Amino acid sequence: MEDNLLLQVNNISVVYSDVIQVLKGVSLVIRKGQIVSLLGSNGAGKTTTLKAISGLLKPENGKVTEGSIEYEGKGIHNSSPETITRLGIIQVLEGRQPFKYLTVEENLRVGTATRWGKPYKKDLELVYSYFQPLVARKNRQAGFCSGGELQMLVMGRALMAHPQLLLLDEPSLGLAPFLVREIFAIVKRINEEQKTTIMLVEQNANMALLIAHYGYVMENGKIVMEEAATNLRENPDVKEFYLGTASSGALKSYKDVKSYKRRKRWL
Amino acid sequence: MEFFLQLSIQGLSVGFLYALAALGFVMIFKSSSVLNFAHGELLAIGAFIFLAFSVWLKLPIYLSFLFTLVGAFILGFVIERLFLRPLIGEALIEVIMLTVGLAAMFKGLLLVIFGGNLFSYPDFLPAGLTIRWGAINIPPVYVASFIIGIIFLSIFGFFFKYSSQGIYMRSVADNQPAALSLGVHVRRVFAMSWAIAALVCAISGIILGIMNGINVHDISVLGLKVFPVVILGGLESIGGAIIGGLIIGVLETFTGGYVSTSLKEVIPYIVLVFILLVKPYGLFGLVEIERV
Ligand SMILES: Nc1ncnc2c1ncn2[C@@H]1O[C@H](COP(=O)(O)OP(=O)(O)OP(=O)(O)O)[C@@H](O)[C@H]1O
Ligand SMILES: [Mg+2]
Repeated sequence: MEDNLLLQVNNISVVYSDVIQVLKGVSLVIRKGQIVSLLGSNGAGKTTTLKAISGLLKPENGKVTEGSIEYEGKGIHNSSPETITRLGIIQVLEGRQPFKYLTVEENLRVGTATRWGKPYKKDLELVYSYFQPLVARKNRQAGFCSGGELQMLVMGRALMAHPQLLLLDEPSLGLAPFLVREIFAIVKRINEEQKTTIMLVEQNANMALLIAHYGYVMENGKIVMEEAATNLRENPDVKEFYLGTASSGALKSYKDVKSYKRRKRWL
Repeated sequence: MEFFLQLSIQGLSVGFLYALAALGFVMIFKSSSVLNFAHGELLAIGAFIFLAFSVWLKLPIYLSFLFTLVGAFILGFVIERLFLRPLIGEALIEVIMLTVGLAAMFKGLLLVIFGGNLFSYPDFLPAGLTIRWGAINIPPVYVASFIIGIIFLSIFGFFFKYSSQGIYMRSVADNQPAALSLGVHVRRVFAMSWAIAALVCAISGIILGIMNGINVHDISVLGLKVFPVVILGGLESIGGAIIGGLIIGVLETFTGGYVSTSLKEVIPYIVLVFILLVKPYGLFGLVEIERV
């Protein structure tokens, strides 16, 4: 095994409530220090993939029924979130979920739950240095923060845990373009300065592929494409369906694209 | 006027006991959405553990108190681990029926061990605690209740506001999936809330025992007053539980003092029905933050 391998998802299937199969043999690898982007349209199974890794499938009655997930060589599929977070994998949930009735600073302190002795003073400073707008809000109830502030809050909260692998689920969703750029710039800085490996799930493929090193594309619970991010950005199919930069007219179903049909399936 | 003051102070003293018990009730509900119908029995258990330490084993009072608190705390953990945890994720009604069953079981066990008689503790409160001021005469137990109420409510106030564990507990009550995603040990938080609930109930039970004597049925029934208290204060609000407790305590004492002692026992439940009719979420029920 290569030694810069951090996470290996081997051919996993995920089933919710024992009957609803959502992932059908997904495999991917994440190398240390990289930003890996997972793209795909609504319902493709991106969030499910993240939850399979972080252990958060369990409370939703979901299960990895086949395959394995190895983190630094250790099998973690179907481990509890308490265990997985303590290995350094932290997921930032889709849709910005603050603790509404806690202040911003208290929200951040929850991020220390996995750490010994719950130290937080130094870490607060670090988080505030990345997310300066939070400073002025620190004693306010998080429920009253704006969308941009909340995105900073939930990412800052995850940073408090000193994650080795940070799983970000659609951080740009519903944010103004200038904020999206700011958020992505911070993600990149965190990756470079904190050496945090990041898995970035996005619909905004354009931005995601600008900061990512590597990318996967997912459709209907399967990985249909994977390449270095720079190559993906040039890929005509990706351009057409995710970047919206292709010149052709009406939107076709992904399946209609010949090049995709010819492409060797991941499985 | 003196009579009014006398009743106010006694009412607040009793109110602190209700407030402590209600604090435990609200905590369990907020963290794990469980309505604990065995809450009155937790008070009774506390009162009887203290009886066992102080009268049977003849330990010094402060040790008996300390051991009772520790014992209740551990018992709370055990109850959660043995009975509640297997039902995590089950329907609300099943969990409620479980707590109803627990109530009957605890009461039965206490009756088997201690019998149904009225017991009393040795008279250990120093007479110096009595407050005399003109015609006002507050017996030591009410003064002690006042002091202990304020001390423990402050301790838990600080605990929830500033300690890491307290903040984790609030985070679970606020947004469980988010708490899980950050590695908060949610099941441990459930257990912790039962442990703290059993502890505050024990304190409340002991002091009620000093006031009224110790009898399994009587104390369990007293414990039922958490229902009017939390309905008044709002199920979701710890602050509301405290204020609700104080209001019910004062109201009850005034009713007993000015109207009739038989109405005294009923008045909390009249309030309960009235509140449910006019303000079902209580005075301090959760105001949903609309933004987000
Ligand atoms: N708890 C659940 N129980 C049953 N089905 C689920 C559950 N969660 C998700 N699904 C289904 O699994 C499929 C994939 O969902 P998932 O949330 O992983 O997609 P996604 O790629 O994250 O989509 P989006 O971009 O909209 O967030 C969807 O069809 C969804 O309906
Ligand atoms: Mg999703």
